Amino acid sequence: MSAQTDPADLPGVTKEHPPPPGASRLPGPRGGQGRKDGAGSGGGSGEGRVLNVFSHGVLVIWGLLVTMPLLWAVVSSFKDDTEIFGSPWGLPSVLHFDNWARAWDKAHMGQYFLNSLIVVGGSLIGTMLLGAMAAYVLARFDFPGNRFLYFLFVGGMGFPVILALVPLFFVMKNMALLDTYHGLILVYIAYSLPFTVFFLSGFFKTLPTSVAEAALIDGASHTRTFFQVMLPMAKPGLISVGIFNFLGQWNQYLLPTVLNVGDPDRKMLTQGLVALAVSQGYKGDWSGLFAGLTIAMLPVLAAYIIFQRQVVAGLTAGALK
Amino acid sequence: MKHGKYRFIAGFLVLPLAIYAIFVISPFVQAIYYSFTDWTGLSPDMKMVGLDNYARLFQDDVFWSAVGNSVTLLLLLPVVTLSLGLFFAFMLNVGGRRRKKAVIGGVRGSGTYKILYFFPQVLSVPIVALLFQFAYNPESGALNAFFDAVGLGNVQPDWLGDPQIALWCVMAAMVWANVGFYVVLFSAGMSSIPKDFYEAALLDGANRFNTFFRITLPLLWDTVQTGWIYMGILALDVSAFAFVQIMSVGPGGPDYSTEVLPLYVYQKTFRDGQAGYATAIGVSLLIVTLIFSAVVMRLGRRERLEF
Repeated sequence: MSAQTDPADLPGVTKEHPPPPGASRLPGPRGGQGRKDGAGSGGGSGEGRVLNVFSHGVLVIWGLLVTMPLLWAVVSSFKDDTEIFGSPWGLPSVLHFDNWARAWDKAHMGQYFLNSLIVVGGSLIGTMLLGAMAAYVLARFDFPGNRFLYFLFVGGMGFPVILALVPLFFVMKNMALLDTYHGLILVYIAYSLPFTVFFLSGFFKTLPTSVAEAALIDGASHTRTFFQVMLPMAKPGLISVGIFNFLGQWNQYLLPTVLNVGDPDRKMLTQGLVALAVSQGYKGDWSGLFAGLTIAMLPVLAAYIIFQRQVVAGLTAGALK
Repeated sequence: MKHGKYRFIAGFLVLPLAIYAIFVISPFVQAIYYSFTDWTGLSPDMKMVGLDNYARLFQDDVFWSAVGNSVTLLLLLPVVTLSLGLFFAFMLNVGGRRRKKAVIGGVRGSGTYKILYFFPQVLSVPIVALLFQFAYNPESGALNAFFDAVGLGNVQPDWLGDPQIALWCVMAAMVWANVGFYVVLFSAGMSSIPKDFYEAALLDGANRFNTFFRITLPLLWDTVQTGWIYMGILALDVSAFAFVQIMSVGPGGPDYSTEVLPLYVYQKTFRDGQAGYATAIGVSLLIVTLIFSAVVMRLGRRERLEF
């Protein structure tokens, strides 16, 4: 059933662009020598068309592989348990909105959502502010130990987080920070700093010095220059790294799994979802679980579709350097 | 002025540095110290046991199956993910039918494909892992139901319950979650390669297969290498932990067939109360990570192509 979209798509594509007459500009490896001069006319030769059908075929199949599981989860969230097991691929007979209400209230998805908002909100602001401050100083000021501190920060990107978790648990315990919002916020900030400092110090280096110098000559302090001149100029970089950090912190699973286990009502969304999967699995409330999954999934997907360009730029900026 | 400058520097660094030192640096240093002790993690007493924990690793079969599985992921996950990413990106940018003037072009709707493919990247690991867990459910999961529907009713694998294929099932979910990112990343790289390179090659009689290996791949090599390291770290650390912990039976099962190093560190600490031994496993994970980065850097070293 899934492959039907593919042939249906292709004739439409071909019709819009009938192969124009004329020889190919693209001779094959053999036997094409005589046609090298067919320039100017775009070709619709056999090779081009076969390739076009092939590439669209492959691309559509992967597109379906990506979207079907997501659609399937959304559809399943409206079914009752019998339908989920009886006809996994069918459509729901009645739309069971009660699944969503049950997941939001009884399974505390609403509470988990709020917890995630609080923690990610706090840590995002902290990460951006502290990361930008450290990156600015490290990128634009010469002082003894500058390189050492820079590599100390950036080195954190390559180490396995899991190794630090065991002692981290006890550091947090001794400071009475386990199972608190502010404790989690501090840890999220700390583990986001390496990439943030790395990316933003690269960015601050590229900004022109003359503007900052002019501000200083006009009598602005270093602090004022930073907040009123340099930070606004770094806005594109801040947005990129902000999106990167938002998604990373919103989807964080490892840190809360270890550090946030005391109070069941304080769970993050990702943690809560896994807890829900475990407990609903025993209780057999599969429809509620699918509703929970959909509640966790849809807002992020919606935000991604709206801010698609910025998200892609933000996430890929680091890898392209 | 000079005095003001240093005060400013100190003022801006003190808070980020303090947070980073307390929550990242000090735990790392402590971890290495704890790996030489018999600490349980539950009580404050511990004594130094020298290299005992490391000696014990050699006798521990579960540790070795975790090493084997982690290294399998480390070697295969980047290859599969990056190859698929390169393949789809090439199809998107070069696979299109020729239009007027352009010798080589992207397929129609390549923007839409890219948006769709990127979906899994913005979802959290638990969402992806749970989706796949449902799909793999042997009794009513989507996969076996699909096999039924197409007349393969007698082929009903246990998926995650079968030690032979469980690791591959987890790996498939990890590939699914990450390919889209590389499609977009490599597409961006490919679209910045000048079109005349392709035109010249095609006029000289190269086919598209050749253009990929002779032009596209060499010019993208830096990006591929970055992606390789990034995928390798995913395969060893956070991502592998989350996927295996949520999806696999046990977790880590059946029969330790999906046990990976980060999960084993977690289990030894928080399930078995052997924090000292767990950190020794963690240190071995760090060593694997460092070897991996060094190998990739060395293999990837080649002349940088400017264009």
